[in-house]
Amino acid sequence: MIFRTPLARARGLGSAKSGTHHWWLQRLTAVALVPLSLWLVASLIVLASADHGTVIAWLSSPVAAVLMSALIVAVFYHGQLGLQVVLEDYVHAQWLKLTGIVLMKLVALLLAAVCLFAVLRIAFGN
Amino acid sequence: MEKRERPLSPHLQIYRPQLTSVLSITHRASGLALLVGTLVLVYWLVAAASGAEAYASAQALLGSWPGRIVLIGFSFALFYHLCNGIRHLFWDVGLGFELKTAYASGHAVIAASVSMTVLAWALAYYMGGGS
Repeated sequence: MIFRTPLARARGLGSAKSGTHHWWLQRLTAVALVPLSLWLVASLIVLASADHGTVIAWLSSPVAAVLMSALIVAVFYHGQLGLQVVLEDYVHAQWLKLTGIVLMKLVALLLAAVCLFAVLRIAFGN
Repeated sequence: MEKRERPLSPHLQIYRPQLTSVLSITHRASGLALLVGTLVLVYWLVAAASGAEAYASAQALLGSWPGRIVLIGFSFALFYHLCNGIRHLFWDVGLGFELKTAYASGHAVIAASVSMTVLAWALAYYMGGGS
């Protein structure tokens, strides 16, 4: 016998207690990435044929270092959420799906850490 | 028991592609392409952090013709995913679901992403003095 109303169950966020968390963070990172990716494209256009010193000077500035760090976090978070859904949709063997999602998330975390370290190393001058 | 003919969801192979469905799967495909593109971003940042020599070889690789073709592909994937993502955000707040609007916004996404790609590369070439 279910005593709770459908609305109460929806508010209870389901058995995993996550509810719309995945959906919401996908949108939140998407909104963040609209200005951030346009900023990256604009910067890369300007820096397209710049030498190493110019790029280092640019990425050492607080604004560029902070925006690049924010972009890295948002890109990898958004990307791993998206790839998770792709794996959930197309990989049907349960063990492979779970292993794939876990590995993919760990790789995303590692790559984000590598990028952030590179930015910080440039920003704080090696 | 008598087998009942229930409606099945159409198989992709026999379902005529429509603008809306093609743009939908292209959104996913461009998202996957951009994940490969983030590897280029990782490579570029690590090269920049490693020093002038590593950065110069990264620039040489990315600036080569195959490198440029790949970058043009990534930039189109980015602009497409960006524009169509904004279209998705409008849908998320309940706007633009009318068939006419969905087609109009779909055409707008194609036009915007193609022209943004052309504009970005034209600007890059212009600012880089054609190199």
